Amino acid sequence: MKINILAFGIAREIMGKQEFTLDIPSQSKVQDLLMMLENQFPKFKDLASKTIALNEEYVKMDREINPNDEIAIIPPVSGG
Amino acid sequence: MIKITDQPINISEVIELANADGAGAIDVFIGTVRNKTQEKQVTQLEFEAYEGMAVKELEKIAKSAKSKWPVEKIAIYHRKGILEIGEVAVVIAVSTPHRKDAFEACQFAIDTLKETVPIWKKEVFEGGEEWVSAHP
Repeated sequence: MKINILAFGIAREIMGKQEFTLDIPSQSKVQDLLMMLENQFPKFKDLASKTIALNEEYVKMDREINPNDEIAIIPPVSGG
Repeated sequence: MIKITDQPINISEVIELANADGAGAIDVFIGTVRNKTQEKQVTQLEFEAYEGMAVKELEKIAKSAKSKWPVEKIAIYHRKGILEIGEVAVVIAVSTPHRKDAFEACQFAIDTLKETVPIWKKEVFEGGEEWVSAHP
């Protein structure tokens, strides 16, 4: 299935753009997507942490991804 | 009241938003842009936000503060975009009937903001730049 991914901060710089499309197996989970991203963009492995938000919410690693979810990569936050 | 803005934050406006008849105290946290990190001279900061989610997470912090302390009102404004040294990056104002709760709730709000809210800060130095906390 084709999914749309948003990337911010250093994740946006690693991928070279804010938004891109990825083809992933259907029923992939959040942890699977993170693994695929690390394989495609090895610099992700160097980050202190990273997670995925679905529909503007933090989710568990075993949450299944739906193609119509709003998917965002969240590198270590540093607001304030 | 929660806001992410690319305009300079009016501190008095945020404080006024927290004022309430039942409040005996308003505690205010103001985060500003510092001119150095460790020994490196910082020239400016750049803030990037996942705005929709950042607002939601800030609302969760406000709700959580209200459940833990007798908060009358809470207002949180955060800047995005490019900030120069000395500029205000974040303002949190919390009102409660008595001061101890206001201090605690305000500290909780800024500490939680730094852990959960999807906002990223890039430090720009002379001849380089770095996303804060990105690498171990």
